Amino acid sequence: MRKFILSTIGSVGYIIKYGCVAHCTFEYVGDFVMCSGPSMEPTIYSDDILLTEHVSALSQRVSRGDIIIAKCPTNPKQQICKRVVGLPGDKIRVGFADSHVVPIGHVWLQGDNISNSTDSRMYGPVPQGLIRSRALCRVWPLKSFSLLTN
Amino acid sequence: MKTPNLLKSIFFGIPVGITIVDSFGYVARVDGISMQPALNPDKDQTDYVFLNRWAIKSYEIKRGDIISLVSPKDSSQKIIKRVVGVEGDLIATLGYKKEIVRVPEGHCWIEGDHTGHSMDSNNFGPVSVGLVTAKASCIVWPPSRWQFIQSFLPDSRMPLNLVSNSIIGIIQF
Repeated sequence: MRKFILSTIGSVGYIIKYGCVAHCTFEYVGDFVMCSGPSMEPTIYSDDILLTEHVSALSQRVSRGDIIIAKCPTNPKQQICKRVVGLPGDKIRVGFADSHVVPIGHVWLQGDNISNSTDSRMYGPVPQGLIRSRALCRVWPLKSFSLLTN
Repeated sequence: MKTPNLLKSIFFGIPVGITIVDSFGYVARVDGISMQPALNPDKDQTDYVFLNRWAIKSYEIKRGDIISLVSPKDSSQKIIKRVVGVEGDLIATLGYKKEIVRVPEGHCWIEGDHTGHSMDSNNFGPVSVGLVTAKASCIVWPPSRWQFIQSFLPDSRMPLNLVSNSIIGIIQF
């Protein structure tokens, strides 16, 4: 009986230790993200799984052209996957006459599928603090494995 | 063999520590005077508060809470302010480019208690709730200032949609 309790505590200890290592890896190093929705076609399709890294987002080294995963500005419980089209100071032309200057600490996000994407054209520049990670490559489906960065 | 055990403890201790801090919270020093008199009321004493991350797990922030968030102007800095308005509220601003603002979906209006000495929503507008990192639950140092931080909103900053005679106020604009 005593042995059983001790071994259960040991197993729980293992689970906690490795669970914490997993948490830290997924929060600070990299993780896999499944995308849904048409807003990044033809680069990324619905139900594609991407490998993303958190290091550039945490050290604010995101560049123009990167595909990033961020918290949705209008719903913090959701995540969005878009491309960084503008960095602070960039002038973005929207439509024929309208143009926005991206303020400091923000980025301008756009989905590759221009006609079917809710992005900065709707909710404005997104604060860099909402960016979680940068997509490196698509890992699923296996036959369409491809790098997503330059 | 003691050394491998020690190395193993360190190797596992760091992720466990980080996970605990990420899930529950940590103690942080409050810099600046933007939250006077609630925080840092004396200029020669800085308050240390416990920032509770468990409380904002589902991003349920209420008016009057003191929260810490990533600054919208500089994502490497964290600022601590009070929530004055949640999504849908009508705010009468103090020095913002628009006199009355409706807080958009998924955003909140934050202000420092020390009006005029605070970089807050009156400067950069409504902030996305996704930027909120923790809620300040209690002041843990100095011992003379031990207290649970109460969720409190002064009447002068109450959102217009909650004040029953605000209709009269708007007509007077």
